[in-house]
Amino acid sequence: MEVVSSVRTPLITGGKTVGDVTQDICVRVEAKPPKSWFLAMAISLTFLFVGLYAVFTTAWEGIGVWGLNKTVGWAWDITNFVWWVGIGHAGTLISAILLLFRQKWRMSINRAAEAMTIFAVICALFFPFIHMGRLWLGFYWVMPLPNTFGSLWVNFNSPLLWDVFAISTYFTVSLVFWYIGLIPDFATIRDRAKNKVSAVIYGALSFGWVGSAKDWSRYESVSLILAGLATPLVLSVHTIVSFDFATSIIPGWHTTIFPPYFVSGAVFSGFAMVLTLLLITRKVYKLEDYISVQHIEFMNIIIIVTGSIVGIAYLTELFIAWYSGVPAEQYAFLNRATGPYWWAYATMMTCNVVTPQLFWFKKIRTSLWATFFLSIIVNIGMWFERFVIIVTSLHRDFLPSSWAMFYPTFYDVGDYLFTFGIFFTFFFLFAKFFPVINMAEVKSIIKSTSTSDKALK
Amino acid sequence: MATNNKYLVGVYGDDDITLKAVKSIRAANIKIHEVFSPFPIHGIDEALGYKHSRLPKAAFMFGALGLTLALTMQFWMLGYDWQMIIGGKNFASLPPFVPVSFELTVLISALGMVATFLIASDLKPYKKPKIFDIRITDDKHVIAIDLGQNKLAKEEISKIVADTGAEEVNEKSFD
Repeated sequence: MEVVSSVRTPLITGGKTVGDVTQDICVRVEAKPPKSWFLAMAISLTFLFVGLYAVFTTAWEGIGVWGLNKTVGWAWDITNFVWWVGIGHAGTLISAILLLFRQKWRMSINRAAEAMTIFAVICALFFPFIHMGRLWLGFYWVMPLPNTFGSLWVNFNSPLLWDVFAISTYFTVSLVFWYIGLIPDFATIRDRAKNKVSAVIYGALSFGWVGSAKDWSRYESVSLILAGLATPLVLSVHTIVSFDFATSIIPGWHTTIFPPYFVSGAVFSGFAMVLTLLLITRKVYKLEDYISVQHIEFMNIIIIVTGSIVGIAYLTELFIAWYSGVPAEQYAFLNRATGPYWWAYATMMTCNVVTPQLFWFKKIRTSLWATFFLSIIVNIGMWFERFVIIVTSLHRDFLPSSWAMFYPTFYDVGDYLFTFGIFFTFFFLFAKFFPVINMAEVKSIIKSTSTSDKALK
Repeated sequence: MATNNKYLVGVYGDDDITLKAVKSIRAANIKIHEVFSPFPIHGIDEALGYKHSRLPKAAFMFGALGLTLALTMQFWMLGYDWQMIIGGKNFASLPPFVPVSFELTVLISALGMVATFLIASDLKPYKKPKIFDIRITDDKHVIAIDLGQNKLAKEEISKIVADTGAEEVNEKSFD
């Protein structure tokens, strides 16, 4: 029955058995967290509370506290929004697209990557809401509610409204997909629970799952269809985010290559964030046998591919700007590269196009330190990409008399810091209370891809 | 035949052995109540004679519902109920309605299918699980046989189950 490949290296190393998987992952939920966890939690809570002050002031005073002006009406807020949504994309790519392609290496990383998706989308959602000024009314304004509730029907012709539907659908479907995957693992924790509180909590979370063959059969068709639905969904989300810009008439934004360019940029930055988080989790939780260098190498390969697509998109934009013969378009790009924001453009080019090419060397893409360093570089680069697209296209608009520069204030930075606080607080809570690796899925590949059972046969 | 809530529980340590055991137990004309495992075993549903899940069809129907609702909503709101001139364009036309229609199709399809799954499998937060062996969510596979639904004597079934490679054969009853 079983086929043991002589070509492929095992995905799970260290001679793990099915029981070891339960033990290794559950012990992290059951045991007291390490000191480093408390330190990490303290840092992210500090971010959260400093940020909360900035958020409160922004909500109280209005968005005039930001560095925006009449010319540059979108800056850090939308940059951060697009950056966070983009980061989310890797989680769905790993859990949905790699499931459809039957890539078994996704199984060790999909749980944490999906958690990252959900937290990143929460951070992203925060920015459009706070940009609406009265954020407590934000939800009410974007929903299609009848006139008696105070406004006309929402405008379904607007890409900003498409965004509302895209991001909220994306968030909901990702959350449901993640939770369905968690149910069997919660049942495992429930059945091991030593004290009453965790038995009750994980009992409720596990929805009474016992793993009957009938339920597994349904579970598998649900996972497959959710993956099939999430795949076009994730591609649509960043496509629609890019429509926020591409459907406008601003030179530098009015570009037809935006959808694929944004989607690959999103996957690129998302994988970088997955690597940043997983390299730390792997080290702290000693998950080297589950997340091997091979997993990291695969992710780095995706980074080269998507990073190169992004690089080609940058060059295509420049070429088309010149080739179009439209002076406004040509100026927009000349100004991007050589104007007052040249340093942002240079940072973007270096971090996104040049340095990721180092991953062509096997030595670099299998080195943990190099990967960790470059993954952070990529995310800095991707933040600057959005900043460059948004701010440099706006700051020199059609009338030279209204040309302006954008300078962030404390509140711009503080609101961004707030989302970092949320993201890392949620991620560390997840790492403590939830199983960080999908145990049920990893158990299903133990026999075919681990170094253990081969000896038994 | 009615159940008397007395079960014979065969405990297995390996998924391939469990799959073979299911086939030979069924071949011996013994009715299997259910198989429990910590991870999905491929082919076990066919071996147990389960029909293919109809959840894909449910997902499709929910998707169709979502699409219909989304298109009706947009055309009715902007094309009929309160017409607005936006950028001098038509009151209602299909292309700008595509994104929202797509998103709502996916949303309602996903939520509807998952809700159907939870209801069909009776999964809910306050459910008390019926656990045949505490190790089924760890590393053991279990074949449960309802003694009330089988004519053969307990000892005979027990022997057949043990012969299929079960590590343990236990009895379990629920009140």
